[in-house]
Amino acid sequence: MEHIPILKIGDCLLVSIQVDMHDRLAIALQNNLTEKIVITKARGVLIDISALEIVDSFIGRTLNNIASMANVLDAITVVVGMRPAVAITLVELGLNLPGVRTALDVDKGLVLIRNSIDDELGEIDAGELN
Amino acid sequence: MANAYISLPELISKNQTTLLHDWISLQRQTGAFNRRIKEEVLLEQSRGLLTELCSALQAGAPNDLKATEWSATRKILEEVSGTRTSLGFTPAETATFVFSLKEPIFNLLFAKTDSNVEKQQQEIWGINLLIDKLGLYTTEVAQSARENVIARQQQELIELSTPVVELWEGILALPLIGTLDSERTQVVMENLLERLVTSSAEFAIIDITGVPTVDTLVAQHLIKTVSAARLMGADCIISGIRPQIAQTIVHLGLELNVVSKATMADAFALALRRTGRSVEKRVASPKNGSL
Repeated sequence: MEHIPILKIGDCLLVSIQVDMHDRLAIALQNNLTEKIVITKARGVLIDISALEIVDSFIGRTLNNIASMANVLDAITVVVGMRPAVAITLVELGLNLPGVRTALDVDKGLVLIRNSIDDELGEIDAGELN
Repeated sequence: MANAYISLPELISKNQTTLLHDWISLQRQTGAFNRRIKEEVLLEQSRGLLTELCSALQAGAPNDLKATEWSATRKILEEVSGTRTSLGFTPAETATFVFSLKEPIFNLLFAKTDSNVEKQQQEIWGINLLIDKLGLYTTEVAQSARENVIARQQQELIELSTPVVELWEGILALPLIGTLDSERTQVVMENLLERLVTSSAEFAIIDITGVPTVDTLVAQHLIKTVSAARLMGADCIISGIRPQIAQTIVHLGLELNVVSKATMADAFALALRRTGRSVEKRVASPKNGSL
């Protein structure tokens, strides 16, 4: 069975989906990723779907769920590289993925995660000073 | 009825010269032809149609014009229709080309003395039907050619009216002009999203100054475009909302849930600020003049 690798970069996890997603694979990814976030104490998760050509409502919902779960585990999730056709399909399906942050590519996604983490730390620092 | 015009090919092949002469002079009488179509073209097309009609009938072509035996005849008619449409003939004038063939043929038929009245009637009826079909086919071709032109122009209009402009590195603008229906929204959305990818832009300004009315449907289309852009990782700003449109939006109870600015300039300034840039006015020193 195919396996989607989860790579650790600093305090971020990078998931690059290079195969066509099917339902069981999506569930497996959800399980592996949540476990990995806890083990590695990751602060951010990047999901690269630039190679993903077909997205159905289930995969869309799973992506949203993964992002929400990662948020619960205190990791910021950014979905990057969505193709135009996939974006249009998701919108037509009525899935706007409200829980997901998005970026155009991995580069911009990393910057977004870095900024969010810095903002959080800044707020905490400011809170301690007061 | 299929055999009603059994004598027609014989009739045509025997009297082709007379028939052609009568037919062309009849066409000439109708006036409109002489001015626009060249004599040689008219002659060639008329002769071509007669020859093909004759050979198709001799090959025992069935009544149905779609049959393969008629393909050569159909080709001639398409050509006739094509030249005449491009010369500015009306569909009626184009169809007259075929219909005017009736009179010479009937004249020939009446001149024949060897047939009885009943047979002659049958033949006339059969020929009548056949020529009607040919004429209608010509009109049909002319019409479908026209429809193709309209469809092409519509497509061109759609493409022309939705340009995506790069205002700055990472900032795209999409000035929308005209009513947004679902077909146009699709094109707009695809264009915008493709450009977001190729220019890796983070901001898209959708300017709706040129959109005459915003109703629930248009708003829904706008929201769809904004959502799709957001899914790809780009932020959208809607600009150019006119006072009346702002009122309509509120009266209709629509929630756009997007950053909106009154003018494109405001939206551009916001996008610049969000991407960490700023525009400053240079203070010109009085000594150095303009620079």
